Amino acid sequence: MSAPTAPVRVFIPVDAAALSVGAEAVAQAVSREAAARGITIDLVRNGSRGMLWLEPLVEVETPQGRIAYGPVAARDVAGLVDAGLVQGGEHPLRLGLVDDLDWMKRQQRLTFARTGVIDPLSLSDYRAHDGLAGLKAALALTGAEIVEIVRASGLRGRGGAGFPTGIKWKTVHDARADQKYIVCNADEGDSGTFADRMLFEGDPFLTIEGMVIAAIAVGATRGYIYLRSEYPHAYRTMQRAILKAEQAGILGDSVLGSAHAFHLEVRLGAGAYICGEETSLLESLEGKRGVVRAKPPIPALKGLFGQPTIVNNVLSFAAVPWILQHGAQVYADFGVGRSRGTLPVQLGGNVRRGGLIELAFGISLREIIEDLGGGTLSGRPIRAVQVGGPLGAYLTAAQLNVAMDYEALAAIKGMLGHGGIVVFDDSVDMAQQARFAFAFCAKESCGKCTPCRIGATRGVETMDKIIAGTERPKNLAILRDLSKLMTDASLCAMGGLTPNPVLSALDHFPEDFDRPAGPAKNWPLAAE
Amino acid sequence: MAGYRMWDDDGARQIVGGLAHLEGATLPILHALQGEFGYVDAKAVPLIADALNLSRAEVHGTISFYHDFKTAPPVGRVVKLCRAEACQALGCETLVAQLERDHGIRVDGQSATDAVAVETVYCLGNCALGPSALVDGALIGRVDAQRLAELCGLVSAAQ
Repeated sequence: MSAPTAPVRVFIPVDAAALSVGAEAVAQAVSREAAARGITIDLVRNGSRGMLWLEPLVEVETPQGRIAYGPVAARDVAGLVDAGLVQGGEHPLRLGLVDDLDWMKRQQRLTFARTGVIDPLSLSDYRAHDGLAGLKAALALTGAEIVEIVRASGLRGRGGAGFPTGIKWKTVHDARADQKYIVCNADEGDSGTFADRMLFEGDPFLTIEGMVIAAIAVGATRGYIYLRSEYPHAYRTMQRAILKAEQAGILGDSVLGSAHAFHLEVRLGAGAYICGEETSLLESLEGKRGVVRAKPPIPALKGLFGQPTIVNNVLSFAAVPWILQHGAQVYADFGVGRSRGTLPVQLGGNVRRGGLIELAFGISLREIIEDLGGGTLSGRPIRAVQVGGPLGAYLTAAQLNVAMDYEALAAIKGMLGHGGIVVFDDSVDMAQQARFAFAFCAKESCGKCTPCRIGATRGVETMDKIIAGTERPKNLAILRDLSKLMTDASLCAMGGLTPNPVLSALDHFPEDFDRPAGPAKNWPLAAE
Repeated sequence: MAGYRMWDDDGARQIVGGLAHLEGATLPILHALQGEFGYVDAKAVPLIADALNLSRAEVHGTISFYHDFKTAPPVGRVVKLCRAEACQALGCETLVAQLERDHGIRVDGQSATDAVAVETVYCLGNCALGPSALVDGALIGRVDAQRLAELCGLVSAAQ
């Protein structure tokens, strides 16, 4: 039956989002149905392309390129195989060449160039797609030269604060200590963000490579990845990737045969949002309660175990290999103003086509949500959009022309954060969202500073009174006063930024704070 | 939940001893104990304190700070339901209300049954395919009332 040619490569994601909608059953069905017809295939479990509404997305390698089918359910598979899946045959689920799809064509994928393309745990795939080129370039440079390239690229911390990465690295480089550390913040707790997870599951070696480059740049020999426990799939993949990198000599006593040593471990968080704050994360890595430290001293000088430490977000480390390979200026040529390079945007919530989009800074929110995202999933009008996670402001549908860059969003009291966008339709009750912002802060506050610890609880109580219609003018005044206090006096961004969602909800959607109080003014039970 | 060993001090001591050499070993030890026994027994506190040269207060403080660590064995199935903003935008709070109304199960609270505990989690990183839940390490997307009841073992899977 089958000719003795190389088996056709079929790609089905092992990404957790794809698995969450049935990718495992699809993979089993494809193996089974192909075998039943005597067709030999090479089934590759890749990461996700980021077109999450099309998951499970099945791709087939053909002479013309990779042809995609999706979203595929296990019950579709027999028909798909009969329709000539392995030749890229016609079928109602056939989407065409992946690279020709509008979603993919409009992106500039630097960090996510390999995610969804390669076998995540294959180092030969990684090398064949430019992997380790950045590290090899770095090994030919001095630490100071690497730091200067990162500075010149304009890369800013992708975790949310946007601090220039090169300056942080220079501080650690210039510090003198027997032991320095590289710490990767993979505690991706913001709702609406999943880029770190996708990258770990789809291209884990990239973050490892970025961390090794950082280690060489500043003279660090140990590193930790602090990964949230809500990501069990990413944890497994990263553990296996680290093992493979050790076996291949990328990690260990001699990085790629050089005089540099770098040992890396992945550590699990334990369900505390605050541990995404860098000093709290360091406390947690040291085995303590995740209580925020006062700064100064900054972690670059006194970080993990009191030693000079680079703490960067996953996406910051992951941008570095590309910069080293292609040069600082090429990276800086992407983007606008003081936001250089590309930003992996994550689109979620009530949106028809959600997923990951990597683009140069400067695209408008409207293009992302309406053109790429296709509006709301429910089909109802967009009412509010939260950008930058639970501490980011709620924007109105009229504000969507704002550009996705640090300064443009700040100018309208918004926040880019980690690049997450959550869309809400017109069924949202913004007074409830404001209440939730306080409730979340109350639950997740580390408890060290009073404005956050007490303020969040007072905020919930005040919102309850406003919602219940009790002395509204007086309680709204208290709400603003409390928000100002939390903004000005909290120790870290958790308490300091919680008023963002609260005040933006109040300022942009005042009608929701002025509704007649009714019985069961909770969430609607109707809808479906 | 099936699959966990009954707590035993020697087993716990072995786990603690095997990881005590790590820098900042407390969290790895707590995760390992919970992975083995399903929770962290109070008897672990002096064990860890001794092995790591910490005070018992420090160890207790760490255990009590993190939402993940349980101090009593789990009795039934655990369903972690995401209730962060992206899942709120797709009606996760409606699911929470329906679960209580139709099945008497209160998220994070006392329920009519011990067979399942539904816990709040804030973000599972599946924000484009919510509402989401995590059950036995498996991520589930596009959860509706029917699917949630299935995940809780309240009704058998339709198909």
